[in-house]
Amino acid sequence: MTADSLASLSDSLFSITVALYSLAVVAFCAQLAFGRRPVRSPELVGAGAAGATTEVPPVETPPADDARGRRWGLVAMGLTVLGVLAHTGVLVFRGLATDRLPWGNMYEFATATVLVAVVAYAVLAVRAPGLRHLGLFVLAPVVLALVLIGLFLYADAGPLVAALRSYWLAIHVTTAIIGFGIFFVSGIASILFLVRSRYEARVADGEAPGSGIVAKLPAAAALDRVAHRTAVFGFPIWTFAVIAGAIWAEAAWGRFWGWDPKETWAFIAWVVYAAYLHARTTAGWRGRPAAWVNVVGLAVMIFNLLFVNMVSTGLHSYAGV
Amino acid sequence: MTVLDRPAGVSAPGPAAPRRVAGLLLRWWRRLTAMRTAIVLLFLLALAAVPGSLLPQRSLSQNKVSQYFAEHPSLAPVLDRFYLFDVFSSPWFAAVYLLLFISLIGCVLPRALEHVRALRAAPPPAPRHLLRLPDSGNLTTPLQAGKALDVVEEELRVRRFRVVRTDGELSAEKGYLKETGNLLFHLSLVALLLGLAGGKLWGYEGSILVTEGQGFCNSFQQYDTYRNGPLVDSADLTPLCVDLDQFTAEYEENLTAASFTADIRYGAPGEDGRPVTIGINEPLRLDGDRIYLTGHGYSPTFSVTKPDGTAITDVSVPFLPQDNSTFGSQGALKLPDLGGGRDDQLALEGFFAPTGLVQNNILTSVDPRPLAPQVAVVIYQGYLGLDSGIPQSVYSLDASQIDRGRLNRVAAANLEIGESTTLPDGTTVALTGYREFAALQLSHDPGQVWVLVSAISLLTGLLGMLLLRRERVFARVAADPGGGGTVLTLASLTRGSGESAPRFAALTDHLDDALAARAPAPQPEDRPRDR
Ligand code: HEM
Repeated sequence: MTADSLASLSDSLFSITVALYSLAVVAFCAQLAFGRRPVRSPELVGAGAAGATTEVPPVETPPADDARGRRWGLVAMGLTVLGVLAHTGVLVFRGLATDRLPWGNMYEFATATVLVAVVAYAVLAVRAPGLRHLGLFVLAPVVLALVLIGLFLYADAGPLVAALRSYWLAIHVTTAIIGFGIFFVSGIASILFLVRSRYEARVADGEAPGSGIVAKLPAAAALDRVAHRTAVFGFPIWTFAVIAGAIWAEAAWGRFWGWDPKETWAFIAWVVYAAYLHARTTAGWRGRPAAWVNVVGLAVMIFNLLFVNMVSTGLHSYAGV
Repeated sequence: MTVLDRPAGVSAPGPAAPRRVAGLLLRWWRRLTAMRTAIVLLFLLALAAVPGSLLPQRSLSQNKVSQYFAEHPSLAPVLDRFYLFDVFSSPWFAAVYLLLFISLIGCVLPRALEHVRALRAAPPPAPRHLLRLPDSGNLTTPLQAGKALDVVEEELRVRRFRVVRTDGELSAEKGYLKETGNLLFHLSLVALLLGLAGGKLWGYEGSILVTEGQGFCNSFQQYDTYRNGPLVDSADLTPLCVDLDQFTAEYEENLTAASFTADIRYGAPGEDGRPVTIGINEPLRLDGDRIYLTGHGYSPTFSVTKPDGTAITDVSVPFLPQDNSTFGSQGALKLPDLGGGRDDQLALEGFFAPTGLVQNNILTSVDPRPLAPQVAVVIYQGYLGLDSGIPQSVYSLDASQIDRGRLNRVAAANLEIGESTTLPDGTTVALTGYREFAALQLSHDPGQVWVLVSAISLLTGLLGMLLLRRERVFARVAADPGGGGTVLTLASLTRGSGESAPRFAALTDHLDDALAARAPAPQPEDRPRDR
């Protein structure tokens, strides 16, 4: 195949990806609509009150959906996995068309980040079926993000500028994408935690448990744990990405750190995530305040991608919109 | 419960002032080194960095700061008073990170001492009520109490626990490296800051545009711009000279820049330099100094001939690229010494197009490669003001001399290579060709290796802290009231993981199997296999 037809195949797969994820969103909605509300979901609260037996309950079991809900859940997961395949194809064929790593401009970088987020969600959902119910809340923003990426960031497949032709592109940008994608899932879990914990507090105050979407979310404690675990996973990756960026900057720009806007915001994000990890273990910050810190972290990451690339001018600007 | 030692009513003499001050200081110290303070300081640090990315910074671009001053004449000086154009070297930014680091040291050093003590000490004895721990349970075994504990000890040692046995009970611990990782991480942060500070104090960098065939030596007078740390003595600069032989740019079909390389020679002053090629992403690294290629452009060459025959031939001057996709460039040539005296100086200001296209008498560039070089020049005669004491840019003329009528426009022309234009007084100005120039930068940062090592150890510590588990396991044996065997009570405490329950279950399963394997078989197990 010629480079052009590979590139247009990649573009078609982008549309197919958006379509598959959109269908998955519909299926996740159906699952939530038809799934029976779990009576309570103690199985999602941290296990450990095992008492005097050595029998340990499984940490996470899926909430008891009825058959119809379960079927919709499977359909949604299937569509998600198909979407991931198409999404991977978008990048693979771009890479083949241009004969380079497919994250040389903002369109490609953002597309890859979203893929990591979906994969991170899928891994969580496979390991802990109870977390499948997060699907709607991960995939809906994913669809929105992809549509915006397609509309505003699209760039034709093309060669890299000289400054980006370095193996550090593979190291620095790949880890930044992975870190960002994982933080994306972590941030969503924290947002849902904030919503869910308010609901749980109201129920604890004697309000009747609702039957809306919030009632079907995993328990607040489980959401908080997902947010923390993913952030713990993402933080060293992000740290590495920042260090690798500094090493690359030393070779490319003559200094390893110069408070270029992108560097500044990467630093801010790093500090905010460090604050989140601390907040989780500090009295007075646990729970909702810590979750807010995580949400701020996600906002900083998104700001760093959009604002710094598109509005301010710095050394990173040649990545091209 | 505790009764005051002093009889009530007799007021104690107030603590002596020094003691009070000491108490106050201690309280402040405790507050500063609390983790909660660290979080607030971390936030402040993030917040403090924000204006540094939203406002132009002198360290990044002096031009943009000047532009901001021009656009906001009343606001800018106020912002400047608060160091908002020098955020990262401002006292308040330094205050935040120094407080954070003092807080960190104050917290981490005592922890480090305690950790060293813990490394030597035995694991703590088992708590009295093991079954009250969240991960705990009983196993029964026909083995004797001591034998059962032997099995547990062996299994734990295989899992690299440190084990102490006392009569009828056992405690074990592993994962000390987690705490080591934590300390390594936090101390690396401090080391990194020190490396950064050292680099800023003893480092310098200078930039210069060098046209092919020319060169420079490492001294502050020669650089176009430079930045030097407060402790750099200009006598300490490495004696080093660099000549640019050739610059090469390559482009893809769609004119994306594919590579830039500069063939340079370097060596001590007076030496024949060693040749080397540097490029984007590939600087020359010498012992302590690095030479970078940071940009490039064109230097058109001109010849000027006076009517009396005196001539200046092939003077070249770098024109600064205005547009990175077409390399249309602007610059100025100043010739104060044509021989005609102070008011008969000559200068030209112009636009260079590597591939020129003239439409309606306006020259534009359509390609970054030098396929059809042209210049559009405006030529002036008069007084340039170079000796007026006011520094001027080498890339443009002093507009105030033009406004004052001391420097007068005498001609304008579009020239291809080999073409010339004649001024009213008979002087001819010709474009004779072009050379390429490279923007070179020499950097010296003695802290950078130190920073890199700190960053790597920071990451190592981080991985240790986040991935390892600190785990304690306790076991106690008692005779089984129901039979002849032993009841083994197990419990574990895990720090740094939410997943303790399944791990404890796996451990107990293993121990159960190990105990069963050692137990005397209640019934002979050697049933015939082939049946
Ligand atoms: C006063 C300053 C600081 C103190 C007192 C402090 C103290 C601590 C302590 C006690 C822990 C272990 C938490 C636990 O597992 O219970 C920790 C973890 C950590 N610290 Fe700090 N720290 C400080 C500054 C910093 C700074 C400046 C950063 C980076 C910007 C940082 C990044 C981290 C990270 C990423 C963790 C891992 C959190 C986790 O285990 O999930 N710390 N710190």
